[in-house]
Amino acid sequence: MNALWSLFLNAAFVDNMPLILFLGLCTFLALSKEVGAAFGLGVAMIAVLGVTVPVNHLIYQTFLAPGAWAWAGLPELDLSYLALIAFIGVIAAAVQILEMILDRFFPSIHAAFGVFLPLLTVQCAILAGSLFMVERSYTLAESAVFGLGSGVGFMVAVVMLGAIRTRLAYADLPAGLRGLGVAFILTGMMSLGFASFAQMVAAQ
Amino acid sequence: MGPKTEYWRVLTEPLVRQNPVTLQILGICSALAVTTTLATAFTMAASLTVVLTLAAGLVSVIRHHIPDTIRLIVQIVIIASLVIVIDQILQAYFAEISRALSVYVGLITTNCLVLGRTEAYARHNRPVAAMVDALGNGLGYSLVLILIGGIRELFGRGELFGARVLPLSESGGWFTPLSLMLLAPSAFFLLGLLVWAIRSWRPEQVEAREHEPPARAKVAE
Repeated sequence: MNALWSLFLNAAFVDNMPLILFLGLCTFLALSKEVGAAFGLGVAMIAVLGVTVPVNHLIYQTFLAPGAWAWAGLPELDLSYLALIAFIGVIAAAVQILEMILDRFFPSIHAAFGVFLPLLTVQCAILAGSLFMVERSYTLAESAVFGLGSGVGFMVAVVMLGAIRTRLAYADLPAGLRGLGVAFILTGMMSLGFASFAQMVAAQ
Repeated sequence: MGPKTEYWRVLTEPLVRQNPVTLQILGICSALAVTTTLATAFTMAASLTVVLTLAAGLVSVIRHHIPDTIRLIVQIVIIASLVIVIDQILQAYFAEISRALSVYVGLITTNCLVLGRTEAYARHNRPVAAMVDALGNGLGYSLVLILIGGIRELFGRGELFGARVLPLSESGGWFTPLSLMLLAPSAFFLLGLLVWAIRSWRPEQVEAREHEPPARAKVAE
C-alpha cells in the first residue's frame, strides 16, 4: 500500500509530466490561458490516463509481450514491436467510449469538456503513460496508480499555469515576450519549483 | 511565380517566419526533452524529419481515397508504422542513442507537428508540394532542436557532440559547467528567450494584447 502511495506521489510531483518530462506541452500551453479550460483539460487527463494505462497493460501482457502466445504453442513469438499501434488504437477507442458514456449519462460534464476530449487522442502525455508502463514493467495495480497520479500531476500544473496567465494578461510585458514567450518562462519557473520535489525524495 | 520559386517559398517559409516550434506551438514536447546533448537532439531531429516527409508523401498520394470520417485514424496508422520502422533502425544501429531517447522516439507518433502538417497541408496538396512543405517544417524543427541542444551541451558540459570545447576548471581550464543547463527548467527558459529573440527580429509574430493597459499617469513637472 505504502509503495503504491509513493508511486502515486512520484508520478504526480517528482516526474510531473508537463514540467519535468516535457510531455503534453502542446495542449498544456494552448489550453492554459484561463483556469476554467485548464481545469477541464486536467479532469479529462485524469480520466483518460487512469483508464488507458491499465487497459494497455492488460493488452500488452495478454497479446504482445514476449512469450504471451506460449499457450498457443508459439513461445518465441514476440509482438512487442506492435505496441505503438495497439496503444494508439486503445487510446483512440477509450477516448471515444469515454465521450459516449459522458454524453449519455453525464451531459453536464460532457458539455464542460467541450473539444478537449477528442483532442486527447493525440496527446503525447497519454501515449507516454502507456510506454513508460512497458519500459518500467509495472504490475496492473501499479499501472492504474501511475496513470491516475500522472493525471493529477498534469491537472495541478495546468491549473496553476492557467491561474498565473490569467493575472498576467494585465501585465505590461515587452512586446516580443507576450503570449508564448512568457508562458515558456513561467513554465520554466514552475519546473524549477517541481524540480525541488526530486531533491526532497533524494534527501529522504 | 513559377513552380520552382513556389517550392522554394514552401521550403523556406517554416524555417523562421512560420517556425513550427516557436510560432505554431507544434512538437514542443520532444523539442525540449531530447536537447540535453547535441547528439540526441540531432538524432531526434533527423528521425522526425524523415517520418514527417514520408508520412506527408504517403498521405498526399492516397488523399483522394481516404474517407473523411476516418482520416485521423488512417493518418495515425501511417505515422505509427513509419515510427516503428525508425525505432527498429535506431535500436539496431544506434543502440546507445536509442536508449538515451527512451520513449521519445515512439512519441513521434503523437507529435502534433507530424499530424498537424499531414492534416493541414498534405491532405490538400500534391505529393511533391506536400513533401517539400514537410521537409521545410522538419528543418525548422531541427534548427530549434540543434540550437537549444548545442547551447545546453556547450554550457552544461563544455562539450559539443561529446568532444571537449571549453577546458574544465577541474582539469586546469577555466570553465565550470552550469549543471542547471542539463535540468528541465533551462530548456523552458532557453526556448522562451528564443521566442522573444525571434519576435523582436520579426515583429509581425508578436501576439496581440488581451488587455489594453490604462495610460500612465502623467508625472507633474
